[in-house]
Parts: sequence; structure tokens; C-alpha cells
Amino acid sequence: MTSGPAAPRTARPRPPGRGVPLALLAPALLGLAFLLVPLLALLVRAPWRSLPEQLTSPEVWQALRLSLFCATAATALSLVVGVPLAWLLARTEFRGRGLVRALVTLPLVLPPVVGGVALLLALGRNGVVGQYLDAWFGISLPFTTAGVVLAETFVAMPFLVISVEGTLRAADPRFEEAAATLGASRFTAFRRVTLPLIAPGVAAGAVLAWARALGEFGATITFAGNFPGRTQTMPLAVYLALQNDPAAAIALSLVLLAVSVAVLAGLRDRWMRTA
Amino acid sequence: MIRSAHRTRRSRRAAGAAAVVVLALGGCSASGTDSAGDAPSGTLTVFAAASLKESFTALGERFEKEHPGTEVTFNFGGSDALAAGITNGAPADVFAAASTRTMRLVTDAGDTAGEPSTFARNRLEIATVPGNPHRIGSLRDLAAPGLKVVLCDRAVPCGAAARTALTADGVDLTPVSYEQDVKSALTKVALREADAAVVYRTDVRAAGDKVQGVQFPESAEAVNAYPIARLDNAPNPAAAKAFVALVRSPEGRAVLSEAGFSAP
Repeated sequence: MTSGPAAPRTARPRPPGRGVPLALLAPALLGLAFLLVPLLALLVRAPWRSLPEQLTSPEVWQALRLSLFCATAATALSLVVGVPLAWLLARTEFRGRGLVRALVTLPLVLPPVVGGVALLLALGRNGVVGQYLDAWFGISLPFTTAGVVLAETFVAMPFLVISVEGTLRAADPRFEEAAATLGASRFTAFRRVTLPLIAPGVAAGAVLAWARALGEFGATITFAGNFPGRTQTMPLAVYLALQNDPAAAIALSLVLLAVSVAVLAGLRDRWMRTA
Repeated sequence: MIRSAHRTRRSRRAAGAAAVVVLALGGCSASGTDSAGDAPSGTLTVFAAASLKESFTALGERFEKEHPGTEVTFNFGGSDALAAGITNGAPADVFAAASTRTMRLVTDAGDTAGEPSTFARNRLEIATVPGNPHRIGSLRDLAAPGLKVVLCDRAVPCGAAARTALTADGVDLTPVSYEQDVKSALTKVALREADAAVVYRTDVRAAGDKVQGVQFPESAEAVNAYPIARLDNAPNPAAAKAFVALVRSPEGRAVLSEAGFSAP
């Protein structure tokens, strides 16, 4: 609209020195192939003929619904506590901040199954905290849908925190300072100035966390167990189907893939264009 | 000077090793056709059911001692996952499964060398938290309301066996979780997150005082046979043959029965 004459884009002369150097293009394409070939293999070997039959079973939809619900709840929970945590790490000075930052990212390197055991030891019926939840409130988290949400949050939240903290560090703190000189409290400045400023980073972090939560397996099955309709998410259903019926496992994986691609592509168009 | 001394020492050691190998081969009379050229060496990869962890680890150490120069690496896991790995080309030498059904997945794919043979049997047992506070005495007691019971998923052998025993007894049991393998089911009880689990006798024994075992008569309805086979594309066939022979030898049987397995 603003470009005046409707010249085709390709006709624009290429600025000199802007071609893609082979030294970057070759490894980039290799990397892309490395990521895509396994997915293509899944498509090639998918049991297309029996697919409709596999996908109409109520268990599949039950597991998918549970997966989507739990991943979304885990993302919401991560946002509520993760964004303030990222702000704390990026905008305040305190002793041992480096250590805290390292600890926050620990679930990234911890094998998820170990994370699940750690959650059991902390929040289980006999856990360090869990025994009081059980004794005082009668709350027992293992083997429940809430347990799935917590396990996924544990694994996914670091992605959100890292992403938001990075965005906060890149954002100019002078906007907040300006808000403060105009009389805004630090919280108001965070809510009215910082948050809109870092919204794309928050969105990107939330999408990462959601995707990680959707695929979560180890911590979930260890902490929440596996019961259809209550704690059996898609990755668990896929793993167990793989034991007996690899064709069904591939079909289930395709559903999970299709849904995640649809959601991620949709979100990308809506929110993440500015990111 | 130094060099030749070194060489002598090394050759002496090699001679010693060869002597041990010859002795060991003499012991494994089951594979009498072995020539000295087939003496096991190198890395042996064994895919074994999770319930074999303790006994096979012990047998692996013996194997390495009896055949110097060999190194046994194990991949313990759910039999079905292991079978899927093998039929998809995982480079393993030996497969020991917790059920004939899972072994059949591999034989049907034509991935075994020769017929699998049963080397042990396992029975189910109820694992309860130490002291058995809920006074579980039978399979029927597991259906008590409020009791948190975990079973293995039907997809893995211990779950299929538990289902058979429960059906035989007409017990309608809703567990809190269908675990992905027998060790995870046991862990839930050892951590006291579940009150009871139906697992193998061998797992109860391996867990020591972390759980308490309760035997039940219906376990006779669901006895698991453990087959072992060498694999067709084994990278190390000589060592594979020797390891299978060790597992099936009286020595191997003694280790397995120590762990709670019954004779085949």
C-alpha cells in the first residue's frame, strides 16, 4: 500500500553482498533435513489405510483432550509464576542471583524421569511437602490430573522463564524509569509499561512451554502415573501403544503432531509476528 | 630391552587368558562345536527384560570374569519396547524376554538365530508397603475401596499376567495407574505412593525390605516363561552363544533361583 508503484517484489534489484553464503546455507539445510527427515519417515510409514479406524477410538480423543487441557493449564500456571520470576531475575539485584538462575534452568538438564521422582519425593503422599498436603487438606497429587499439570509445569516453566528473562534484558529499562519519574509504582510500571513491551517474548516463551508440556512424558508417567482419562496423555498413550502395536503408536503420534502444528502455526500468525 | 620384557609379559598374560578361555569353553559343554577361534571377546550387548536386571547383571560380571577381554553391556527395559527396538534394527546380540509373546514378536520378524529356549519362570506376587498395614492377604483384598493399587499396563507382560490372575479370580479391580513396566510399579510402592502393586516375585525379592511380598494362589494361573535367544544380526555371535550357554548352565540357574525365579 505504501510502496507506490505495484512492482513485483522479485524485480527489486538485490543489494550487493546480500546473497546467502554457501558456508551458511549448506549447514542450515542439513540442520533442516535432520529435523524433518524423521518426521517425514513417520508420515511415510504411517498406516494410512487403518488410520481412520485408529483415530475414531474414544481412547485417542480422551488422551488428546487431556493432553491439550493439561498442557494449556501448565502454560497458564507457568505464566502466573514464571513471568514474575523472570522479572525478579532480570530487574533486581540480590546475592546468589546467578545461582538462582542456574537452579531455575535445572529442570532443563534433569532427565524428566528424575524430575518425576523428585516431584514424588516433594509432593507425593509421603513427600517432604506432600505429607502435610495430605494430612491437613486431604490433597494427594500423584495419580491425578492435577499431578499431570504440575509435572508438565515443572518441566516446561524453565523455557518460559529463560525466554522472558532474555526479552526483559533486551528491553530498554529507561521506559520503566520514565514511568517511575511520572509517579508510577514499580508494579504499575511493570503492568502498564514492561509487560506490553515484552509481550512478544512472553508469547514466544508461552508457546515453547506449551509445546514442551504437550510432549512431556517422563515426569508425567513417573509422578502422575498412567490411567486412561485421568492421567494418560498422548505421549503416554503413544509409548504404551508402541509396546504392542507400533502402527497405532504412529497414528497417535500423527494426531499429536497435526494438532501441535495447527496450534503453533495459528499462534505464530496471530501473536508472534512481532517477535 | 624394555620393549622385549614388555612383550614377554604381554604374551604371558595372553597365554593365561587363552588358558582361561579354553577352560571356560570346556565348562560350556553345551556348545561343544566351538573352536578356539570362536573364543568370545569384545563387547556383548544383551537386551533383557527389566525383571532380569539383578540376576543378569550378576551373570554379566561372571561372564566378563570367565572370558577376559569381553565386556557385557545390558539394555534392561520393558520386553515389548526391547522387542520393538530389535525388530527395528537395534544392534543386540542376545534377547531375553519376560514372555513368550514378546519373544514371538522378534522370531516372527525373523530376527533370532535358532529357536528361543525357556530359561526361567516367574510368578506374580503382591508387593505391599513394609508391615502390610492394610492387611492384604489375597488378590481379592486389593479391590478394597480406598486402597491405591498400581498394576503394570496390559501392554507389558507383568500387566497381562496380572490381568489373567485377576480374571481367574473374578476380581474387579480399578488401579490408580497402569505403569509402563514392573520396576515403576514397584517404585510407587517403595515410595509409599501406592499401597500395593502386583509385580513379580523376583522384583519383591530384589527390593529387599522396601516392600513386603504377599503370595497368592492365583499366581499359578499366570506363570511367565522367560525365553532367551541369540539374534540373527548379532555383532558378536561367539560371545552371544557363550552368554546363552552361561544363562542356561547350572551356574546360571543358581543365580536365577537366588533371585526368585523358578526352573524352566
